[in-house]
Amino acid sequence: MEQVIANGLYLGAQYALIALGLTLIFALMNVLNFAHGQMYVLGGFITYTVYGQLGLPFVMALLASGVTLAVIGALMEKFLFRTVIRRSHREESTMLLAAATAFFFDAVILLLFGEKQRGVPKIVKGVFNNAGIIMPYDRMVVGVLAIVFIAAFVLYMQYSRVGRAMRALAQDRVAAQLMGVRVDRYSMIGFAMGAMLAGVVGGLLVTITGVNSGIGGPISIKAFLMVMIGGAGVVGGAIAGGFILGMMESVGLTVLREYGDVTYLVIFAALMVFLSIRPNGLMGKPWG
Amino acid sequence: MTRNRNMKIASVAAFLAIVFIAVPAAISASGRFDLYYTLTSVALLSIASAGVWLTFYIGRINIGQGAYALMGGYVSAILVMNYGWSFWLTLPVAGLFCAAASVLIGLPILRLRGVYFAMVTLVLTEVARLLALALPITNGAKGIVSIPLPGALSVFGLIIIPDFATLQNSRLAFYLLAVTLMVVCFGVMYRLVNSRIGKLCQSLQQNEELASSIGVNIAYLRIIAYAVSSFFGGVAGAIFAAISQSIYPSSFTVTDSVNFMLNCFLGGLGYVFGPMLGTLVLYFGWDLLFQTGQFQLLIYSGLMIVLMLVLPNGLLSLAASIRKKA
Repeated sequence: MEQVIANGLYLGAQYALIALGLTLIFALMNVLNFAHGQMYVLGGFITYTVYGQLGLPFVMALLASGVTLAVIGALMEKFLFRTVIRRSHREESTMLLAAATAFFFDAVILLLFGEKQRGVPKIVKGVFNNAGIIMPYDRMVVGVLAIVFIAAFVLYMQYSRVGRAMRALAQDRVAAQLMGVRVDRYSMIGFAMGAMLAGVVGGLLVTITGVNSGIGGPISIKAFLMVMIGGAGVVGGAIAGGFILGMMESVGLTVLREYGDVTYLVIFAALMVFLSIRPNGLMGKPWG
Repeated sequence: MTRNRNMKIASVAAFLAIVFIAVPAAISASGRFDLYYTLTSVALLSIASAGVWLTFYIGRINIGQGAYALMGGYVSAILVMNYGWSFWLTLPVAGLFCAAASVLIGLPILRLRGVYFAMVTLVLTEVARLLALALPITNGAKGIVSIPLPGALSVFGLIIIPDFATLQNSRLAFYLLAVTLMVVCFGVMYRLVNSRIGKLCQSLQQNEELASSIGVNIAYLRIIAYAVSSFFGGVAGAIFAAISQSIYPSSFTVTDSVNFMLNCFLGGLGYVFGPMLGTLVLYFGWDLLFQTGQFQLLIYSGLMIVLMLVLPNGLLSLAASIRKKA
């Protein structure tokens, strides 16, 4: 049982970090970023190239992943999403754009990095084995790093000037604009930060699970799940959703093992029941 | 008014002439019989997309049409294979089964809005795939294969539709079937949108609370629209299973659901015939780009992004803006 909980916590920490980026973009722009999983994959491949191929330190690789994705995110907001939001009659149109960018990233990743599964050398060797819990050290490092990033993100959103502006924007776009918040600028920063988070998680996880060009879509779906559980556009909700999904996956894989591969079926069914009782997730704003 | 009406009748007649006479004639003249399959797929996919469009019309983003297409395909396949039903009987049954299922599923989830509804329907597609993998009757990942071609349909001894297996050119038969259904489907859609219910649905799209406050039964309308939408999805899926003579859990996946949605966006959410045009352009665009090999997806998605930037309200908005200028 301790093992299951430890696994759940480890999964939850990384899931929460993925969901945070998605929910940030959603809160600021009302855009459901279909390309989030692809951004994750791109981050993974960048870390693979810098750390695994070029042999530079892991920290540098992680930084490269984060910065590259932040730049990509900023450009996407400035040249794609902002334009479409301005010109379109219905704001759902951004979903087509998001889906198209997801396909585009898929194509780029496939062309640049091929379809092979890629992995990198372990960052820390050895396995922790105590009190009935077995966990490789590198997983613990990644889990702790993920939690550190989450904490840093929450503190940044809470206390920095930029964070305050973005929270105002998420609360009421028009009011924030009237109060003198530069909406365009902070939308761009927010999009860049969301993309950066995806890239950083990709970089972190490539050291454990590796990465291949096909996992972008499934990662996006998982991120959607977490955001729905917690409530779209709420930072606390994304974190809660991430840990809940991680825990459910970990418990489900153990408990439902004898029934075959039904863990996700059960999770999906539970989610639909949950959402019909509580349509806004745990702490979502109504009708996000 | 009468001129407008005559214009409409003329354009419908022209469209019917093109799809039923001109296209088969052109294909048999050029000998490109593979185009039948492509066009049949376009017709069927546009039926499913029409369903998605209808849910857009009530202000819901539906990424779950793949689930109903898969369900319809399986219902038809299982009834034909395990119970020996005629394909023609399974077609409406598959549609009705999906509509009934969508009422059950829709009752709770249609209360959701915006991205919540979008994401739940996305999850629904995954649920359908996983269910098809897990249930005993669907035969797991192996799917149901070698489904017989549709048999003859006769009423009072009069053969209306001949047995597809005895036909020399079953591709043409499938093409005619799919196109006929497409015409019927879009006829129904057009009628629905321009009826009282259509206007009420539009009020849902704009403001549900307001519509509800002046006495529109919003829960009932939502369910009706969603059920019709799923009916279309089920019928399209059932014919697809019959054409490919097989169905697998991966026959309709999240990608298909997303594509149905994209067809609607591309054609234009404000136009009934948007999904038809969108499906045609997207499907043919993808096919034409096949020659570019590994760059296919790159060019395709790049073009889609450009289209979105230039025409965010769909292809048909171009025609509307030209008309406005004229």
